[in-house]
Amino acid sequence: MAPVPLDNELVQRLKARFGEAIREATLDRKQAIVLVAVGKLREISGYCRDEEKFDMLTDLTAVDWPKREKRFDVILNLYSFPKNERLRLKAHAAESEAVPSVCAVWPVANWLERECFDMFGIVFEGHPDLKRILLPDEWQGHPLRKDYDILKQDTAWVRENLGIESGQ
Amino acid sequence: MADTRNNGGTWSGASNVETTVLGADEIILNMGPQHPSTHGVLRVKLKLDGERVVDSECIIGYLHRGVEKIAEHRSYQQFAPYVDRMDYVAAVSNGLGYCEAVEKLLGAEAPPRARVVRTILTELQRIASHLLWLGTHALDIGALTPVFYCFREREEILKIFEKYCGARLTTHAFRIGGLQYETYDGFEADVKRFCEDFATKIDEYETLLTENRIWVGRTKGVGKLSAEDAIALGVTGPVLRASGVKWDIRKAMPYAAYDQYEFEIPTRPTGDTYDRYVVRMEEMRQSRRICLQAVENIPSGPIMAKVGKVLKPPPGEVYHAIEAPKGELGYYIVSDGTTQPYRLRVRPPSFINLQAFDRMARGSLVADVVAIIGTIDIVLGEVDR
Repeated sequence: MAPVPLDNELVQRLKARFGEAIREATLDRKQAIVLVAVGKLREISGYCRDEEKFDMLTDLTAVDWPKREKRFDVILNLYSFPKNERLRLKAHAAESEAVPSVCAVWPVANWLERECFDMFGIVFEGHPDLKRILLPDEWQGHPLRKDYDILKQDTAWVRENLGIESGQ
Repeated sequence: MADTRNNGGTWSGASNVETTVLGADEIILNMGPQHPSTHGVLRVKLKLDGERVVDSECIIGYLHRGVEKIAEHRSYQQFAPYVDRMDYVAAVSNGLGYCEAVEKLLGAEAPPRARVVRTILTELQRIASHLLWLGTHALDIGALTPVFYCFREREEILKIFEKYCGARLTTHAFRIGGLQYETYDGFEADVKRFCEDFATKIDEYETLLTENRIWVGRTKGVGKLSAEDAIALGVTGPVLRASGVKWDIRKAMPYAAYDQYEFEIPTRPTGDTYDRYVVRMEEMRQSRRICLQAVENIPSGPIMAKVGKVLKPPPGEVYHAIEAPKGELGYYIVSDGTTQPYRLRVRPPSFINLQAFDRMARGSLVADVVAIIGTIDIVLGEVDR
C-alpha cells in the first residue's frame, strides 16, 4: 500500500505549466498528492482554482517533521465541484521560511492559516491579519510542533491570567 | 450584552474591529463568551452604526482542548472516544468519520451489516442534531414552543442509542473495523416505530413555524449568503445547500451504505435564514426515509472486520470526509507505521462555516445576529476542538 508515482493528465498539465516547481506526484490510498515548491504555492493554487476548477479549499493544515531540513509540510486539500474530485497540494517549508498565503485565492484560508500559525508557528506571507485564533494572543509556543511536549504549557501566562500555578 | 463605548474596550487581544477608526455614530458591542444565544462560548465583537452591523469579529478558542495533540499520544482505538467530544450533539457522526478514516488508512472495510447499522444510527443522529438546532434556533428568535416538541422526539432517538450502546450523547457507538455490539432485540422495531411517528411530528413543527408571520419576518432575507461566497468561504452542509448548491458527500462520494438508498438532496435558492430552515426540515424527512429503507433489510453476517487488536497502519496518509449534520467533517491522518497517529487533523464543519458569519452579518440589524449565529448551527466543542 506504499505510495506510488502518479502521472495522469492533470499532473502532466501542471508539469508543463510549472516545470520544476512540481516536485513529485504520488497516489496514496487512491488519493492524489502533488508536492510543489513552496515559493510557487500561490501561483499553483490560482491555476488549480481557475484552470483546473478546484473551486473549494476544503482544508489547510500542516505536519511537523522536526528532523527534516525543511521541517513543515503545508497541506492543502482541494475539492472540485464540477469534477467531483479531490487533490492534495503539499509544500515543504523550513522553520524560518514564509509560506505564501492563499487567502486571495480561497478566502476560507484566512482562519485556516491563522490556525496553522497558531499551532505550528508557520508564517503566511500576504495574510491580511495573521494572528492566533484558538490560543490567547500572548501565548508562547506552538503546541502542535513535535518538540512541544503534551504536558507543556505557557505557565507564565496561566499564572498571570488564571491565577493558578498549574493548569493540570 | 455589555455596551462598551469607543474607548471602553479593555478586553485582551488586538482585533480588527477594535483598531479600526470609529465613525461618529459607531459603537462597539461585545457579545459573549457567556451569552445564551451564542450556543456555548463564542464571543462576537460587533461594530455598530445605530442598529446596523458594520463589521464583526468572532473570537474563539475558549473551549480549546488540544484534541489533535492528544491524538498523537493515543493509540488509534484509544483516540476514538475523544472524537465524540468535538461535536457533542452529533457524536455518532464524528465516530463514523473517524472509524472510516482509520479503516481507509488500514486498507480495511467494515462488513455490510456493520455499514448498514452505522448508516441507521448516523441518520438518527442527524435527525437528533437537527432537532436540537431547530429547538434552540427557534428559542433564540423568540418561539418558545418548538424546543419542547423537538426534545420530545430527540429523547426517543437518544433512548435508541442508550439501548444500543449504553450512552446517550458521547456514544462511542462504532469501532474501527465495524461495531462492537450487535443490535439489541427490537432495534428494528424501535427505529421503525420512531420513523413512522416522526413524519407527522415534522408536520407539527411546520405548523408552528413555516407560515408563522413572526418566524417568517425574523428569518426571510436575514443573513443571506450567495453560492459563490459560500464556496469561496468553504461553507458546507445545509448552509451550502440553502445557497443553491446541490452537493452532499453522501451522494458525491458515498460512504457507509448510502449508495444503496434513495434520498433527495434538498436545496433552496436564496441562502437566507429561512431557506436554511427549510433545507434542514427537509433533510430530516430524507433521513427518516433512509432509516426506513435501511431498517427493512439489514444484512446478516459479521459486524466486525478482521483488523487485529494492535492497529499499525502502513506509513502514509489519508483524508476521509463524511456529511456530518453540520457539513463536511474530514479527518486527515498521517501514519508513520506505529500504533499512534503521527498527525491527526480534524476538518471541522462548524469552524469553517462560522467564518462566513461576518459575511452574513454585515449590514444586518443587531437583533438578527442571534438568528445568524443560530442558523449556521455551530457547536463550540467542534469549533475550538
